[in-house]
Amino acid sequence: MNMLRCAVMALFCVLLAAPAILAQTPQPPPATEGFVPANDLPAVEQLPAAPLVIGAYACFLVIMVGYAWSISRRLNTVEAEMRALEQRQARGSGQR
Amino acid sequence: MRKLFTPLAILTAAMLGYAPIAIANAPYESTMLLVQKIFYFHLATWMALATAVTVCAAGSVIYLFKGNEKADRIAFAAAELSVVYCTFGLISGSLWGRKAWGVWWQWDAKLTMAFMLEMIFLGYLIVRKYAGPGAEKLAAAMGIFGAATAPFIYKSADWWRTVHPQTSVMKTLGEKAPPMWNVVWFCGVAFVLLFVVLLTLRVGLEDRRAELDRLYLEAEA
Amino acid sequence: MFVRVAWLVLRKDFAIEAKTREILYTTLIFAVACVLVFSFAFVREGQPIEGAGGGILWIALLFSGNLALGRTFERERYGETIRALLLAPAPRAAIYVGKLLGIVALMSLAELILTPLVALLFHAPLFARPLHMIALLVLGTVGFSSVGTLFAAMLMRARTRDVLLPILLYPVTVPVIIAGVMGTSALMQTPADEPMAMLWISLMAFFDVVFVTLALWMFEPLMTE
Repeated sequence: MNMLRCAVMALFCVLLAAPAILAQTPQPPPATEGFVPANDLPAVEQLPAAPLVIGAYACFLVIMVGYAWSISRRLNTVEAEMRALEQRQARGSGQR
Repeated sequence: MRKLFTPLAILTAAMLGYAPIAIANAPYESTMLLVQKIFYFHLATWMALATAVTVCAAGSVIYLFKGNEKADRIAFAAAELSVVYCTFGLISGSLWGRKAWGVWWQWDAKLTMAFMLEMIFLGYLIVRKYAGPGAEKLAAAMGIFGAATAPFIYKSADWWRTVHPQTSVMKTLGEKAPPMWNVVWFCGVAFVLLFVVLLTLRVGLEDRRAELDRLYLEAEA
Repeated sequence: MFVRVAWLVLRKDFAIEAKTREILYTTLIFAVACVLVFSFAFVREGQPIEGAGGGILWIALLFSGNLALGRTFERERYGETIRALLLAPAPRAAIYVGKLLGIVALMSLAELILTPLVALLFHAPLFARPLHMIALLVLGTVGFSSVGTLFAAMLMRARTRDVLLPILLYPVTVPVIIAGVMGTSALMQTPADEPMAMLWISLMAFFDVVFVTLALWMFEPLMTE
């Protein structure tokens, strides 16, 4: 159980740093090869890419951490049931 | 094997933590610029999905033909992870496509087949939950069919001219842009390791559930 | 032995169906009802949308095929005849093939009525290249039925089998349906795009081989309990 919690917390803490690091992307160099349609478009037609990129990475974080948390929650339920069963058995055999 | 788990988990966390830095330092792609950075995780997730689907199919086959229950538990865990990875793949692709293609979704062959794969493995989970006794075998059949159709997702971009870049782009990336190629593989390996870590945790849960069932049966006996 | 068993199973199903024709008629009426419902979505100001006919045909077949599968195996389950079949000293794969051929025959009869009807109602030139169209329909039916027979048979003993069959069947048969619709659309172009249609036909044949092989391989372990 400790192992599980350690692993999940380690994962969580390191991944939490990701958006902060990503947000410090340097400015893109001017594109040289091929056509450059995006830059020529008037600013109002361009979609800002940064929210999409950050959204994608945030999604990854939420999904993976959420899944790990759901495993942990289900494991706790099973462990609790096991303990309840053992207690019931101990009481049952104690009375006999 | 158990002793390997903690170092593996730490390695995975470290790789995934470093990945955004590596991605930020990777060279920009000339036409798509910033939004192309989603690609590294997007492709990595499909690599992990391919692994998950293969593991599920292998487990299903072994369970179906040999009756090995551990294999069945592994297949179940792999199927759940397939759904998780496929969901992220579809979401990340959609976000990328919004900028690159102008639309959130397109019904080209690759997206349709990926969506289909998600439905197949969701079906696997539904069967496990609601089909009553003997559900494991039915689910195993679904897992095998899912794995049989998965290669078509990969190849479909070659066979049908779609908005998706063809698979040949990947093969030439290694020659044209080595730094990009390295980051791609780094992320891919990180995602597959994450799959292994999560699979181990999930199979552990299934093992505990099986143990609980066994205890209940013993208590009633 | 194999062929004989398959033929006997097919004859049995045919004999039962020929007496009541229950599944055939209900499947047909349902398919026509589907086509009627589609008309609400795909008709603009009394005129059907260009090229809608191909998709409508295949979807109507998909829905009615699903029902036919459910009903066929419900009959087996109700009469408990499946247990007798499985107890018989016959190769399981032969039983599967017999049932598969029965479903294919049933769906082919439905297609015989449905295709001209859709062509008529939606102004779709489905018979521009009849041989190609027949090839598409036959291969599509075999592909759909191969997976459908396996799943319907294995779901017979499951709870919630009625709703599980479409949930499981539709995603797996998506490649076959896509190939069918794309092939039909190719044939409906004004000079019919034959090379494209041939591409889809060969792809469908490939899927059929894969699906039938998988189904034959998996039928035995799935039906053992």
